[in-house]
Amino acid sequence: MIIRVNPSSATPIYLQLMEQIKHAIETCALQAGEQLPTMRKLAVELVINPNTVIRAYRELEREGIVEIRHGSGAFVSESATRRTKISLKAQSVMQSAVDRLTAAGLSEDEIRRLMENELAQLRAAEQSGRDK
Amino acid sequence: MTDLAIEAIGLRKSFKGQQALAGLDLAVPQGSIFGFLGRNGAGKTTTIRILMGFAKADEGSARIFGSFPVAEIRRRIGFVTEDKELYPYMTVADVIRFTRPFFPKWRDDLERRYLRTFDLPPNKKIPHLSKGMRSKLMLLLAVSRGAELLILDEPTDGLDPAAIEEVLRELIALAASEGTTIFFSSHQLAEVEQIASHIVIIDKGRAVVTGTLDDLKKRYQRISIVFADGVRDIRWVDGAEHIRQEGRMISILAGRNIEGIIAQARSLPRTTVESHSVTLKELFLDHVRTN
Repeated sequence: MIIRVNPSSATPIYLQLMEQIKHAIETCALQAGEQLPTMRKLAVELVINPNTVIRAYRELEREGIVEIRHGSGAFVSESATRRTKISLKAQSVMQSAVDRLTAAGLSEDEIRRLMENELAQLRAAEQSGRDK
Repeated sequence: MTDLAIEAIGLRKSFKGQQALAGLDLAVPQGSIFGFLGRNGAGKTTTIRILMGFAKADEGSARIFGSFPVAEIRRRIGFVTEDKELYPYMTVADVIRFTRPFFPKWRDDLERRYLRTFDLPPNKKIPHLSKGMRSKLMLLLAVSRGAELLILDEPTDGLDPAAIEEVLRELIALAASEGTTIFFSSHQLAEVEQIASHIVIIDKGRAVVTGTLDDLKKRYQRISIVFADGVRDIRWVDGAEHIRQEGRMISILAGRNIEGIIAQARSLPRTTVESHSVTLKELFLDHVRTN
């Protein structure tokens, strides 16, 4: 797994780390049961604050993506890979939808707006569901 | 209380009527890597001298590990100054041999490690070392005394990019393995963002921004408002810290009440409002430039 961070970005480094580890799991570069680099090793390798790595791992643990076993390190959890399988399936659904929309003559921006619109409506529906 | 490696409250100091520190507060947690930022003349060196007990504040107090910086406390601090003056007639090995007996907790393992990783030539005389080599030697001396707190005044100043990376990597390794607190001043915002957990920005002798880097990056937003009919004079709600106008646009840097400011901006006629997260560079420039 190759992790690169951009410390000068407005996105905190721990969030960048989380994103990349999730991405590594989604692409199966990291798989269930595999160990992530130790906090110390990753901090020294990337030359970033050790607490940043700890924070990223803790947040990933909270989201159920990794398991931290004391004394032995952080491991990709089984449930994270289950989600990966779902997301792989979703990817093919997405791909065919995008293919069809492109074939219909829609531009990338138009597709993106449509997608965001759908999501916003979903959010609004959820919101009004909660408010009732 | 004792969780703080450095605690300064209301430090004031003037030199010949010129105010260097104007009520500076500092709280450096143990185990943090703390970036100390400010323009030249903002009061950084004065602060460091007071923390080390080399200068006295006119008002306020500075505590290291809960105590005043007396000799006994100073022994727990490793210190690297801006002017890297060392004994000119000594070699690298001489300086190490000379320094070691003063510190009962001297760490031979760290000494060896730094000689190796920094590639320091033991038999070279100090004046023949490059600026980068001298910085690395100072760092070796500061670290090997078994310091629990390192106070570094621009530790990477004058180093080439490869040497900077080496020094930063060793600081990270040290923090990870020994839990050493590192308080360092720097003008290189990129390196501060890379290794610091906390920062403080000082300006005109007082702290203007402080906190963990992650939280500051999350908290601060730049809100840009475009006025289709031209900018009007507006009294902004609480939280709007730095307001700048350029043509039809107003940009506001805010660390709190962001929703309030956005709501106010949206309520104005014919405006487009956007908000973005900010980088450390923006945060720094906005705070030291405007006032």
